[in-house]
Amino acid sequence: MNRKQKRNLIRILVTAALLIALHFLPIVPETGWIRLVCYVVPYIIIGYDILRNAVKGIINRQPFDESLLMAIATVGAFVLAFLRTGDYLEAVAVMLFYQVGEWFQAMAVGKSRRNISELMDIRPDVAYIETEDGVEEVDPDDVEIGTIILVRPGEKVPIDGVVVEGESRLNTAALTGESVPRAVRVGDEIISGSVNESSPLRIETTKEFGESTASKILELVENASSRKSQSEKFISKFARVYTPVVVLLALALAIIPPVVLTLAGRAAGPASELWGDWIYRALTFLVMSCPCALVISIPLSFFAGLGGASREGVLIKGSNYLETLSNVKTVVFDKTGTLTKGVFEVSMVHPAHEDGGDDPEGHSDGHSEEDGHHVCHAHGCADHDEIADEAIIHELLHMAAHAERYSNHPIAASLKKAYGDESDECEVGDIEEVAGHGVRARINGSTVCAGNAKMMTLAGCEARPCEMSGAGTIIHVAIDGRYAGHIVISDIIKEHSAEAIQDLHRSGVKKTVMLTGDARGAAEEVGGKLGVDVIHAELLPADKVTKVEELLEQAQPGEKLAFVGDGINDAPVLSRADIGIAMGAMGSDAAIESADVVLMDDDPIKIGKAIRISRKCMRIVKENITIAIAVKVVCLILGALGIANMWFAIFADVGVMIIAVLNAIRALFVRKL
Amino acid sequence: MKKTYKIDVDCANCANLMEEAAKKTKGVKDCTVNFMTLKMQVEFEDGAEAKDVMQDVLKACKKVEPDCEIFIK
Repeated sequence: MNRKQKRNLIRILVTAALLIALHFLPIVPETGWIRLVCYVVPYIIIGYDILRNAVKGIINRQPFDESLLMAIATVGAFVLAFLRTGDYLEAVAVMLFYQVGEWFQAMAVGKSRRNISELMDIRPDVAYIETEDGVEEVDPDDVEIGTIILVRPGEKVPIDGVVVEGESRLNTAALTGESVPRAVRVGDEIISGSVNESSPLRIETTKEFGESTASKILELVENASSRKSQSEKFISKFARVYTPVVVLLALALAIIPPVVLTLAGRAAGPASELWGDWIYRALTFLVMSCPCALVISIPLSFFAGLGGASREGVLIKGSNYLETLSNVKTVVFDKTGTLTKGVFEVSMVHPAHEDGGDDPEGHSDGHSEEDGHHVCHAHGCADHDEIADEAIIHELLHMAAHAERYSNHPIAASLKKAYGDESDECEVGDIEEVAGHGVRARINGSTVCAGNAKMMTLAGCEARPCEMSGAGTIIHVAIDGRYAGHIVISDIIKEHSAEAIQDLHRSGVKKTVMLTGDARGAAEEVGGKLGVDVIHAELLPADKVTKVEELLEQAQPGEKLAFVGDGINDAPVLSRADIGIAMGAMGSDAAIESADVVLMDDDPIKIGKAIRISRKCMRIVKENITIAIAVKVVCLILGALGIANMWFAIFADVGVMIIAVLNAIRALFVRKL
Repeated sequence: MKKTYKIDVDCANCANLMEEAAKKTKGVKDCTVNFMTLKMQVEFEDGAEAKDVMQDVLKACKKVEPDCEIFIK
């Protein structure tokens, strides 16, 4: 509670106590000026700021200021009470409950504001630099690129960098929602906002503080609710119209019925009684003229929804995107990097057997037996007996890796990675790249050729087809003109991809589409495994935009299309789709810039989750809009009929607001969705 | 040119009113007030001097909502 809230609470309590005293202690006369003064005291205590703002509102010509309306309603009630019953309690109570409502609203909003900022508590406050005099604490803004900073256990990594000393586990839960800590050691890149768990690390910074992941994410989250959704726009429009309409209705209610009744000669009782009654009804209208419940609960729901989502590692860039996301019926994937890891890995190594007629003159039909000797290298499971095979596999990879020593091609990189440390003492020279074929090199005196089938022909031997390669790329290797075997390199399907597709279908997504540049056969194999509905293969990058446009045209009105990419090279498609989802944003600025929704980790299962979060949030928004408007309309009707009095009106008003605010906060809880 | 200012205001409707008022101020191209984060993002017209415009924005906002505050750096 801040000072203002404390002061208001005291005002509320004092007024309530005074009212109880005045009501139950027979110390005030039943009517007259003294009684009026007795009630004006608590009224001033509870309502002085409203009255002051009302006067300012008149001076500034803001006729529909809610302070002014409350002031008119309560002062009006006082006047009526003075003229008629002497029951001032109502007027003071209305002001009291109005203030209770305002106080509750301030508390609830303040609380959720703090809650959500705590959720996103990744802002590092300090960085530690080691100097001659020991460890020095500095502002992370002042740390230059390339500085070595120290991060001790329990501290947040302030700036993105590379580990130069130490080995530890990092908790990235605040960034990705992933609770399993990540092991890091020398040479690993680490991102700011993660928490060091076990032992001290020395990190060489690679970015400035402002460009670091933590700062970027915070900026994104803070700006998120500035992009307003249709619902929010509707509410601000509604609020602009609602208040003036109710005020005009109140005016009409105060004047028209008594005039009509008098003219019709139907007026029962004295004229003052008639007018008093209708003016009272009109004042009841004014009490209900504030659209508070709606205006507060809708942005609060979105804010809570966005906060809850970011806690799960799903960053949504604005309330409008949350709204769109809830209507997604088609999800288009760019295969590489979303459903597959986008990193080529050696998945199989098939050496040719020396005794199996692998010489160039060998008969191809003699190979069938050896083809049974497949070894899944990547999974470490050799089939029977094969220590010898292990050595041969190793040698094959060894030669291939050397041949690709100077190449930066992803395939070369994967070969080198699979072999391990390629820079050993072997003599490697005369490396020659044969465009469209492969490479030729001299290794330890032998000529090694690595490449496609055409390369083998060039090397003077025949490439053996591999029926197990599936979606992969095959690298054949020949040593001194003899076929030595082949290595299969493929893009690995992510662990949760199939589950993610199923999950999307379960969450009501009608169509899943996979776009890829791969050959049709390979694409269909992957797509079939994952259960994707539609596959478009052999696409050039530009074709992807065209395909998405086609799909957009096919979509039913109101049904949205989401495109999921890895944020690399697909910015045009991300922006063309109704909603662009980028995956694996850890460290990729491009993804954060171009997408509407950013999944912090690489797990496609989060897409379904994001859609469910958005649906829950939108449901809450709709509930709040319906409840609030319905209650207001009912109250207005009852008020006009003279059934609801001011008490009823203010209770309904404050009550609905409290319900709506509590309901809005529900949007924050999305863990189990 | 876009700038973000911290604000202080009590109710969500008042925040909407501030946004309306700021939008109508000369030199302001667009404005969004975020009640949840208590921030006002103002996009200025080309060539407008942010400091001067913000004084007007503050005045306009005070008119519609006497209790509000904008922290102009």
